[in-house]
Amino acid sequence: MGLEEKLPSGFLLTTVEQAAGWVRKASVFPATFGLACCAIEMMTTGAGRYDLARFGMEVFRGSPRQADLMIVAGRVSQKMAPVLRQVYDQMPNPKWVISMGVCASSGGMFNNYAIVQGVDHIVPVDIYLPGCPPRPEMLLDAILKLHQKIQSSKLGVNQVQAAHEAEEAALKALPLIEMKGLLQ
Amino acid sequence: MSEPKNPETPDRPDEAVPAQRADTGEVIGTRHGMFGANNGGDTSGYGGLVRSVRMPGASARPYGGPGDGGTSRSSGVESGGGGAYGEFDEVADELEGALDEQGLVPENVIEKTVVDRGEITFHIGREYLPAVARTLRDDPALRFELCTGVSGVHYPGDKGRELHAVYHLRSITHNRLIRLEVSAPDADPHVPSLVGVYPTNDWHERETYDFFGLVFDGHPALTRIMMPDDWQGFPQRKDYPLGGIPVEYKGARIPAPDQRRSYT
Amino acid sequence: MSTPSEASRATPRETTEGTVYTVTGGDWDEVAAGAAKSDDERIIVNMGPQHPSTHGVLRLILEIDGETVTEARCGIGYLHTGIEKNLEYRTWTQGTTFVTRMDYLTPFFNETAYCLAVEKLLGITDQVPDRASVIRVMLMELNRLSSHLVCIATGGMELGATTIMIYGFRDRELILDIYELITGLRMNHAYIRPGGLAQDLPPGAVDQVRAFVKKMRRNIVEYDKLATGNPVFKGRMEGIGYLDLAGCMATGATGPIVRSAGLPHDLRKTQPYCGYENYDFEVPTADTCDAYGRFLIRLEEMRQSLRIVEQCLDRLEPGPVMVADKKIAWPAQLALGPDGLGNSLDHIKKIMGTSMEALIHHFKLVTEGFRVPPGQTYTAVESPKGELGVHAVSDGGTRPYRVHFRDPSFTNLQAMAAMCEGGQVADVIVAVASIDPVMGGVDR
Repeated sequence: MGLEEKLPSGFLLTTVEQAAGWVRKASVFPATFGLACCAIEMMTTGAGRYDLARFGMEVFRGSPRQADLMIVAGRVSQKMAPVLRQVYDQMPNPKWVISMGVCASSGGMFNNYAIVQGVDHIVPVDIYLPGCPPRPEMLLDAILKLHQKIQSSKLGVNQVQAAHEAEEAALKALPLIEMKGLLQ
Repeated sequence: MSEPKNPETPDRPDEAVPAQRADTGEVIGTRHGMFGANNGGDTSGYGGLVRSVRMPGASARPYGGPGDGGTSRSSGVESGGGGAYGEFDEVADELEGALDEQGLVPENVIEKTVVDRGEITFHIGREYLPAVARTLRDDPALRFELCTGVSGVHYPGDKGRELHAVYHLRSITHNRLIRLEVSAPDADPHVPSLVGVYPTNDWHERETYDFFGLVFDGHPALTRIMMPDDWQGFPQRKDYPLGGIPVEYKGARIPAPDQRRSYT
Repeated sequence: MSTPSEASRATPRETTEGTVYTVTGGDWDEVAAGAAKSDDERIIVNMGPQHPSTHGVLRLILEIDGETVTEARCGIGYLHTGIEKNLEYRTWTQGTTFVTRMDYLTPFFNETAYCLAVEKLLGITDQVPDRASVIRVMLMELNRLSSHLVCIATGGMELGATTIMIYGFRDRELILDIYELITGLRMNHAYIRPGGLAQDLPPGAVDQVRAFVKKMRRNIVEYDKLATGNPVFKGRMEGIGYLDLAGCMATGATGPIVRSAGLPHDLRKTQPYCGYENYDFEVPTADTCDAYGRFLIRLEEMRQSLRIVEQCLDRLEPGPVMVADKKIAWPAQLALGPDGLGNSLDHIKKIMGTSMEALIHHFKLVTEGFRVPPGQTYTAVESPKGELGVHAVSDGGTRPYRVHFRDPSFTNLQAMAAMCEGGQVADVIVAVASIDPVMGGVDR
């Protein structure tokens, strides 16, 4: 139905990838998924001083059907988790997720019965953004990093291969507790 | 910081440090040891420490009140109020009089009255709660129009009165604040609902039910409000774990807050 | 497809797993014709918990008959964070870090209410230094401004008025700059601590606040010009979300809602705390009982807050900002280091180099915390949304035994049903916006 089914192969595919990435990154439509404190900073980012419109993203879509980026802004409770997943499922592909703030990324300071310890238990996350709450500049930075990621995303056979490689790497990765050395 | 063994700090008698208040008050539980380490041997040397937790006990008349200057820890002892006839006595007199008129015996209804830190608490027998609340709301001399909801407290050590429901009533007419406290045993966690008197308690009672399992009889729709409908257990009771999971870092694992050593 | 009614009906079928209903879609024309034939037009509409106009993760369950809301209920709990339980596993001082995240638009009110409760339990209410109280009042009033600004901004946005949203966030940024200067953070400050404040005002703070007050006095006029007399705005707000005084008392609504019903109930006047009795300000009221009245009250409260902030600046006297009792006051002397805020080098030099006792004291107080005598207290402050009460229980330990927040948003939101039923669907948004619920406070 979309671009994916009419893809060429070989080096032409790389060109299409670049073109598609360039187009996609310039018109990301975030879904409003404000939950807690971070949502206020997300709204601030959209407002005058920080002006998300500079990146073509000022229009937050109320409907997940029209959105391709979900900014999970705030703590996700056990009660909200199924709702979050449903909203994510309703978003059309390709779609990306920014986990904004420590609560969404890891549960943060709320290590208790009510809060999901990291939204990556429910949906795949592309960018983890630390901070409690992150400053609007940090959100902008995360969005720019996501733009880079979208720009370099693969299509067709390359996408399958990239997914395969990521899976391999994940299987080989050491558990966190066994890792040594500085954070990186 | 003085150890809890030590009941008083002679060098600083009027200051706020020691937790232990002599041997007055009502025991609601005991704590053993320190540091919260109860598996394994007594490595800390504090394992034999026993501390009883005493809440402020019943006060004697006169209760005093905000006007008499006894708002802070003036006397420092449980009798609280301290000396003069005050606003709290007015409230207590009016309440007792009004209960008398309804044919209730005030001594049965009000189990005890505690004045502490400039606040008055009426411990009410749970079956009398709606009558007392209605009286407090409607009596012209009392007029506690605003209920600020119910707060549950779980005292697992207080046998037979484990679950407490605490109501704060505010009178805008007379500019007063009082506290009602009722208790119910764990085995029979029922308290009459106050929604008929104070409709604002609708959500508050649902919340307390959700967190403590206190069943408010007569509530129009006592269902969970905060937790998902199919949640098991009542998360804010003391016997319900915090639910924290250990946090892993590179090369280190930090236990969840409820599994760490703590100073009890 | 036979008759429309049968085609669109789910057909039951018994299987080993239980009854299975097969739902098939129908033709829209048939559905519409079928609906038109039946006189039952009641539809249940689920708004939220993820909806752009419901003020966070609030779920509204509306039963509508045509455009009229016949029944309205709220579903809450989608942001339940278990903060009250978490507090029981942290020291009393660490508690401020948690409570500030409850109602994240009014962090200073949460912190102050909590700290006042702890101070009352400790019996040190009278010992809190004046300077600390004045700074608390100043921050709370700035916070009232920023909270009302967000209320007006998002309320406007939900009506479709984007300009007022841009204005509101523009002015809120000015306040956040002040917060950032004073506390180091834009939100979630944990600046007010039991016994006083985490640290004193930094240099330049007073000037910046003064400059802000001057600027804000000019900016506040723009809201008047933009909204107060605007016929569209008035048309959407007037007579909407009606709740009279009896309704307010029954539902326990406080704050701008009860004041819009004509009762000048304000804890700052009736039960002063932090020295509010020494400030000169008015409690605005309206007699319209509606969303427009609440908007006007919020606007006027912002002006009064500016007055109080100015008086705070005049009242600021040099002095300590923490109680003198070294058993309670956090030992740290904070200073800005090259790697951010931390203990001052002088303090570290002292405890590490010269005084073993100071080191032990520092360690004990920071890791173990102070003990609070057993008992319970209820302390309330007037937050921008209404009465914010804290019921704190201590068992004599270093950690709270139970802390319950009576959050005004939670209680006020109960009035939603009374405000919306019988009105139109579009007015539900206005009514909820006029309550100004913040889900972080509602669910905690």
